[in-house]
Amino acid sequence: MHAHLDRRSFVKGTGALAALAAAGAGGASATALFAAGAPPACAAADSGTERVVWNHCAINCPGRCALKVYVRDDEIVRVDTYAADTDDLDDIQPRACLRGRSYRAWVYHPDRINYPLKRAAGTRRGEGKYERISWDEAIATIAENYRSVIKNYGPEAVYLNYCTGNYGVTARPWSRLLNAIGGGHLSFYGNYSLAQLMWITPYIFGSSVSAGSTLNVAEDAGLVLVFGSSPVETRQGGAVSHHDYVAMRERTKGKIYVIDPRLNDSLLGHSDEWLPINPGTDAALVAGIAYELVNNGWTDEEFLHDYCVGYDEESLPEGAKGQGLSYKDYLLGTGYDKVAKTPEWAAAITGIAAAKIRSLAKEVGTTKPLFVVQGWGSQRRSNGELTGWSICMLPILTGNIGLPGTSNGLREGSYAIALTGLPDGDNSVDAMISVFSMVDAIDRGSSMTEAADGVVGVERLPYDIKFVVNWAGNCITNQNSDINWVHDVMADEDKCQFVLGSDILMTDSLKYSDIILPDLFRLEQTSLIGTGGDGAYMIAGSEPYAPKFERKSAYDAATLIARALGKEQEFTEGRTQEEWLRHLYGLSREKDPSLPGYDTAMQQGVYTRKNPKKKTVVMEAFRSDPAANPLKTPSGKIEIYSEKLAAHIAMHTFAPDDKVTPIPTYVPEWHGVETTTKENPLALSGFHYRGRLHSSWGAVEQLKLLNPQELWINPADAQPRGICQGDTVRVTNQFGAMELLAKVTPRTVPGTVCTPQGAWHDANMAGDRVDKGGCINTLTTHRPSPFAKGNPQHTNICQVTKV
Amino acid sequence: MSQLAFFLDGTRCTGCKTCVFACKDIKDLEAKHAYRHVYEYTGGETLKDAQGAIASTCFTYALSVACNHCSSPICAQVCPTGAMHKSESDGLVTVDAARCIGCGYCHMACPYNAPYVDRAKGHSVKCDACADLVRAGDKPACVMACPARALRFDTMEACSARGERANTAPLPDPSYTEPNLYLKPARDARPAASSEGRVANPLEVR
Repeated sequence: MHAHLDRRSFVKGTGALAALAAAGAGGASATALFAAGAPPACAAADSGTERVVWNHCAINCPGRCALKVYVRDDEIVRVDTYAADTDDLDDIQPRACLRGRSYRAWVYHPDRINYPLKRAAGTRRGEGKYERISWDEAIATIAENYRSVIKNYGPEAVYLNYCTGNYGVTARPWSRLLNAIGGGHLSFYGNYSLAQLMWITPYIFGSSVSAGSTLNVAEDAGLVLVFGSSPVETRQGGAVSHHDYVAMRERTKGKIYVIDPRLNDSLLGHSDEWLPINPGTDAALVAGIAYELVNNGWTDEEFLHDYCVGYDEESLPEGAKGQGLSYKDYLLGTGYDKVAKTPEWAAAITGIAAAKIRSLAKEVGTTKPLFVVQGWGSQRRSNGELTGWSICMLPILTGNIGLPGTSNGLREGSYAIALTGLPDGDNSVDAMISVFSMVDAIDRGSSMTEAADGVVGVERLPYDIKFVVNWAGNCITNQNSDINWVHDVMADEDKCQFVLGSDILMTDSLKYSDIILPDLFRLEQTSLIGTGGDGAYMIAGSEPYAPKFERKSAYDAATLIARALGKEQEFTEGRTQEEWLRHLYGLSREKDPSLPGYDTAMQQGVYTRKNPKKKTVVMEAFRSDPAANPLKTPSGKIEIYSEKLAAHIAMHTFAPDDKVTPIPTYVPEWHGVETTTKENPLALSGFHYRGRLHSSWGAVEQLKLLNPQELWINPADAQPRGICQGDTVRVTNQFGAMELLAKVTPRTVPGTVCTPQGAWHDANMAGDRVDKGGCINTLTTHRPSPFAKGNPQHTNICQVTKV
Repeated sequence: MSQLAFFLDGTRCTGCKTCVFACKDIKDLEAKHAYRHVYEYTGGETLKDAQGAIASTCFTYALSVACNHCSSPICAQVCPTGAMHKSESDGLVTVDAARCIGCGYCHMACPYNAPYVDRAKGHSVKCDACADLVRAGDKPACVMACPARALRFDTMEACSARGERANTAPLPDPSYTEPNLYLKPARDARPAASSEGRVANPLEVR
């Protein structure tokens, strides 16, 4: 099973450096050669003993799957996972996905960062030219810039950028560092995954509800509606949504509808469950169904009056009465836009025939239990807050909440093991911006206000951002929107003074760093992480080898910075990373005494736990006794009309096309199916890809080859453009241009093209800026969504031409 | 002899290709090589009528296929040196690298695209069902990798009790080589002889 040295493949696979070694030049260490591009199994002689260490995946997915790492001669030779040969679908097995199984190619990638680097003299940010420096020089440069920014502006000008490339109990020391060395930093709210839904959910269900029931609850449902979600693609592991969805689908007696413009991979083999819809119009479908529910008496009036506010005139808050402000008024055309939300109205927008909307409404209104779940695709749009809220209206209107077989319309929840993380310490800066506003705050921070830009904590930001820490994240350019605009802001050294970057590979975002520190993969460190899906698990990870080259863990790098600024003790409290792990795990065990001891956990690697309730129904206590278990909304009930949101609307400014309402309504997207133009006649939507997690793994050649970067285009749109399967096409709009391959397929609706997001941006930024990598964010808008100020990255229109 | 076989539950397979990458890792294959392929077979239409209403007849499913360790292995039958051979004990079909001359007849003969000649290695290569693991009592890497628990490996008797012999498009008629791949078909599955759809991911199965 183990490869042996084969000179021909060795030379072929490793290039000039390896050829040198194979020719007997000597001198170069094996380690150096492998880091230059050859996964070590290619060259590992059958010597040395093989060790197996457990570790875990740590990228932005709740999967955190088990990695069984085979190590020989201090190199990883194979990455297996945790599995048992059993038919029992309830046996919790966090099996790693194709990405987890490709770690070896990533860890030994030729673009791995091995030494501290500084931007080469005379080059601009974004050019990607760097020179090796010592740790001492790197730390001194960081400390000097930090001191000057603090002196000239203060901690409000220091920002820790959103990053999702490394998770674990002690993985994320940067906020703690910034708090320890200077009293804080400008922070953010929201995230790039579910900014809109995350923002609106507390208005609907209160702050204690953030997700729905576990997926296995749908086994007991009579009807399952899945909006804008592909659970098997977005959480691919063997003990999270991928497995849980497959198991649920096999066991449920309920009919399933997956409502998506794309016949996504969760529908493979089950195309009869696909309900194709125009993108960005889910709220219109809900309104059309809701209209039928009301007119046919299929609403649960008792639930709507006892558990909710704002459904009809009677249940509106006092201050809102008599003005046609109820949800029912919106549906019947007696309030708001004065348009009745008939199935015919909805059909023209959604592309779903009126007769189909009627029959679906009948199913929704007469089947119990109804399980409604949404992914985060529906809400990652310019109308995402109101769309996410609208989807929750189907279980609300029919009273399918808090009962067996139901959810609340939010994304599936999980039964997870919660571990205590590294404490951040106290941040003295009150100001927050939306996560999507970082580049705006560099460009024009001191003009950003609460009313216009969603700044929180202060009315106006005191300073532009001058010092950025960007660690384990690709959200400066690649995963941000409108890359061409971002480049111009970031490349301007008169704006941001200093960017500290740290990562494992040279990414597009890392090219905007002034100093780069070489990071470790989580699987190269001692680690702990807890997570879950239908069932829970924890993984304790051990080091496969000591850090190679001059790479350091984030914790050790942060310690050096703290030391240079005279705050080492404040940062470390005298503990190493492993000592923190032991300490924090002790705190976790105080809360959850059934967890195994630290040494036992480390030895066994994988710890699993079944949900003692088997299935977790969300909002069960509220349903059983709403007076004793009120929601944390102002009314204690589910809010269909939100007075708090009405007040928010009154205090903030919005663009005319934002059409904000204190109830869940359908609003056409700024750049969507209802707002296409002659120049940009197609809607363009992104989706999660199996071969990457956002941009993570995006440079791993073997994954790229079997997960090609393609534009999904319906034959009805491809044919008039002369586009055939496999052709290179150019996608253009008002923000930029990209090129990729065409996948001509009936799996996307006519008028809408789709592409997997996260491909690595690859453009000559000093030249034509045409992105040959096919990164959708070359074409996305930087305008934030109206409430959450979140990323509306599926809200795009475009033209497609054959190259 | 107890012939060993793969079983694929087509109602569970989501086409994720984790099986492919588990194989690539354990076999240490170069980026462009794979012993297992996941086909996307797709057909039908998704159209909009004059009123903009969408109607779809689209069907699509994934099929994960490696070497099927056929009962009538055409690859072994055409091999001029006997390098490609079938085990009498467990029916696995493997290459004796020392005897293989790299002529490529097996590659041309196999209707499942299983063997190919690795020019760097100088001989034919393909899935051996992780014979070392299997003969030590374990299961092939691909099987133990499947997050959806769709793929299994067992005796032909056990697998044939769960499904039918490789009778799904785009595979050839199973009577040709008697493949030891048994399938529980997806709802969308079309029969082996069907020309209703096409392989929709040609770049992923080269």
